[in-house]
Amino acid sequence: MNINVNGKQRVVDDGTTLQGLVPSTRGVAVALNGVVVPASSWQSTRLSEDDAVEVVTAHQGG
Amino acid sequence: MELAGAELPSRLWIGTGGLTNISTVTDVVRAAAPGLVTVSIRRTSDQGSGGLLDTLRATGVRILPNTAGCFSAREAVLTAQLAREALETDWVKLEVIGDETSLMPDVVELLEAAEILVRLGFTVLPYTTPDPVVAQRLADVGCAAVMPLGSPIGSGRGIDDPRAIEAVRAAVAVPVVLDAGIGTASDAALAMELGCDAVLAATAITRADRPVQMAAALRAAVEAGELARLAGRIPRLTTARASSPMPGRVGT
Repeated sequence: MNINVNGKQRVVDDGTTLQGLVPSTRGVAVALNGVVVPASSWQSTRLSEDDAVEVVTAHQGG
Repeated sequence: MELAGAELPSRLWIGTGGLTNISTVTDVVRAAAPGLVTVSIRRTSDQGSGGLLDTLRATGVRILPNTAGCFSAREAVLTAQLAREALETDWVKLEVIGDETSLMPDVVELLEAAEILVRLGFTVLPYTTPDPVVAQRLADVGCAAVMPLGSPIGSGRGIDDPRAIEAVRAAVAVPVVLDAGIGTASDAALAMELGCDAVLAATAITRADRPVQMAAALRAAVEAGELARLAGRIPRLTTARASSPMPGRVGT
């Protein structure tokens, strides 16, 4: 199925979870369709067609 | 200084934005010995600077995520929530910018975002215009501090309007942190003399010819400014006032 990860289209297997998409939780946060999903729920969150996922971390900033 | 129940080891706060050589960040943090260090929140795939967090954590410094680059309350609230999740802190430097040219805060969106984030349990530190009325409104909705700009972000002009900063200081009981515009040590000292509780400097350090040296200079300047303010400066006079005694002069 097609999903959008950080603004780019990607094809992933049906049944893929957030945990499968983002293996490491260290210093990383995820929003699914504009809503933050805590790392404790990544395993149980299955992605659907056209989902938009944001994966972010700390960068340089003032 | 104390902020939202936490003791910060210094009144100099620094940003990490603008360092061309990220490997110097540890030396900069050591030289500045800052109360905290700010970072932005960005997509993981944009560039491979994932090591920044580990590097900062190794120094033991407190990390403050910002919402830089957000243009609406909605974006800023989501970014703050992501930052809380990624960095395990409910502190956020709240930035909501009105336009890309001036980088001036959009105080309407800012106030709305601040209100929402306070309700969600965040410790909100808003970057704002040096306006006592806006500062008061931000404090009223529960912000833990206000962070007025000295001059536009990255301009290095220092404090364009010292009286406005004094007015913000007088308007609120929460800590005032001078944010944006610092160019060099004297700007930071002035901010403290005007009554600010802390100074945040980013590009003043990161874009200096020698960032580590400038970090040390700003650290000393913030301390000097704070000491001077506590010492109580003499009034400015329109005329001279002799310091040597008049009696006993030679030939009188």
